[in-house]
Amino acid sequence: MTSTGQPAAPPTDERLLRTSPLRKLLGRPELGSVVGAIAVFLFFAIVADSFLQASSLGTVLYAASTIGIMAAPVALLMIGGEFDLSAGVMVTSSALISSMFSYQMTANVWVGVFVSLLVTLGFGAFNGFMLTRTKLPSFIITLGTFLMLTGLNLGFTKLISGTVSTKAIGNMEGFDSARKVFASYLTIGDVELKVTILWWAALVAIATWILIRTRFGNWIFAVGGEADAARAVGVPVIRTRIGLYLGVAFAAWVSGQHLLFSYDVVQSGEGVGNELIYIIAAVIGGCLITGGYGSAIGSAIGAIIFGMTSKGIVYAEWNPDWFKFFLGAMLLLATLLNHWVRKRAEATK
Amino acid sequence: MGAVLAAVLAASLAGCSSTGGKRAEERAAQAAEGRSAVNTPRWTFAMVTHSGDGDTFWDIVQKGAKQAAQKDNINFLYSHSDEGQQQAELVQTAIDKKVDGLIVSLAKPDSMKTVVAKAVKAGIPVITVNSGSAESKAFGALTHIGQDESIAGEAVGDELNERKRKKVLCVLHEQGNVGHEQRCAGAKKTFDGTMQNLYVDGTNMPDVQASIEAKLDSDQDIDAVVTLGAPFAAAAVKAKQTAGSKAEIDTFDLNASVATGLQNKTLGFAVDQQPYLQGYEAVDLLWLYRYNQNVLGGGLPVLTGPQVITRDDADALAEYTNRGTR
Repeated sequence: MTSTGQPAAPPTDERLLRTSPLRKLLGRPELGSVVGAIAVFLFFAIVADSFLQASSLGTVLYAASTIGIMAAPVALLMIGGEFDLSAGVMVTSSALISSMFSYQMTANVWVGVFVSLLVTLGFGAFNGFMLTRTKLPSFIITLGTFLMLTGLNLGFTKLISGTVSTKAIGNMEGFDSARKVFASYLTIGDVELKVTILWWAALVAIATWILIRTRFGNWIFAVGGEADAARAVGVPVIRTRIGLYLGVAFAAWVSGQHLLFSYDVVQSGEGVGNELIYIIAAVIGGCLITGGYGSAIGSAIGAIIFGMTSKGIVYAEWNPDWFKFFLGAMLLLATLLNHWVRKRAEATK
Repeated sequence: MGAVLAAVLAASLAGCSSTGGKRAEERAAQAAEGRSAVNTPRWTFAMVTHSGDGDTFWDIVQKGAKQAAQKDNINFLYSHSDEGQQQAELVQTAIDKKVDGLIVSLAKPDSMKTVVAKAVKAGIPVITVNSGSAESKAFGALTHIGQDESIAGEAVGDELNERKRKKVLCVLHEQGNVGHEQRCAGAKKTFDGTMQNLYVDGTNMPDVQASIEAKLDSDQDIDAVVTLGAPFAAAAVKAKQTAGSKAEIDTFDLNASVATGLQNKTLGFAVDQQPYLQGYEAVDLLWLYRYNQNVLGGGLPVLTGPQVITRDDADALAEYTNRGTR
């Protein structure tokens, strides 16, 4: 029954029942991760002296944003029931393409940036097409893409610039304006806020809007929940999946440009292993590995937990030999807490 | 029960090894241990390197740094990441902590440029170690401690000429490390024969071995393999055996197994850059700067290598490689 104290109404469709705001909140997929994030925050606030400084929080937020930009579309993809193992390396590929294209063609760097956008979206489309055409698991398809991109990154970079990193493009036309867009920062007092935090917020907002307010969002949930049933009721499964991979590619492009314009040179071997971090952030944020359930805001909170843990360990001056262990333990605890809170929430429904 | 226990104890006592083992290690550690030799304030120095997890080379650097820190009454913090962006973030955390001194390696200088400048601007003295001799001064570091990778490479080329080698394989185990590229390029410069590069995944030892093996299998003319890190020399030796190749294995860096390898002739020579010295000197020089505003090297790199080590030197060094400080 509702808590508004109405007189007994005739039985209605359960989907039309009004639920109290509190109940609604408890049913959100990201609630558990919020509790986990608060726990992690309090833990490091107590353990590490310098964690609560404004400048440290800026650093933590930046670390979270670089993960969060990718975690948002990866979360959508996981809700749609698929994986993308090529996401980490795709970031590096995207940065390499814009850098090398601009340099080799002596073009305004914005030209390289847009060529890179097209090519990176091409990678995403490739993943999507291969998946829907071959019907192989996305794990295999994107593993293939991951390996191919890793090889292409090194091969092309060595072929074109003779070394494993690209040439510096810091003195080229358009660099400064591109840096403003992708890698600038705002200093407020002691705190440095990077522009990636804005990109992150925007991407999470758009992803949330798509999930909750658009037809495409419904398709994502439907495809991830039960693809055959979705197809039977007229959901364009192929288009939805390709769209999701394009989303990941777009975010990879944003991250890649950030990498390029913050350092003006790109190392061809980076990015391997980061795809797992994006997936972990999405899972901590409440996405189910099996698909059909999760949220974009959850992925952002997952990224915050990851950022706090990885930097908090350094602020706490713990021996780095144990770093990965602490990281793993914290992530496991956060996820367990997440799970427990969700169970409680469902039980009180 | 008691009888069994007594038997086990008796056996372990009677079967005491007179060489090596934990006890020898403890004795060596005792000899090296000491209390701080100065009463300057307890400053905090942070070291952020580009090392991967569990890297023997950086373990020796850390040993040197820790021993100097103990002597100089320094609170020593160490962190590392092999991803450029991650390493830069770790330096940022050190700045946030307002450390009194910073030691960084510049294997990926472009990723580190901004954050090192930030540290300098915040008034934190910075010393660069290991890689980055070319960038150190421009980035605002006090000095650089390490070997010049090109010079080290050239020394290898010369040594290979002396050993009359014709066709050499240079094995790079860390993709994206500019210093590694410089080593192979330097060797190529002075070496009279032909030399080719081989990229392997340094975090996956079986893969390293298989890659070298495949290369030696396909080209029996290769008469020397140069690895860029001590652990990879061992993998190259195994690869050579399986491939039935006659190539001589040479390596950069030194550790206990390389010393043994030199002694029993499975390895030709090793080029040591003395990692212990890099850690020790970095901490000590930061202390000197804090205490007395001393700067060594006048802004020029302080070279810790290359030291070409052959069979004869290995005998003398075995003791130190065993305790993990050479």
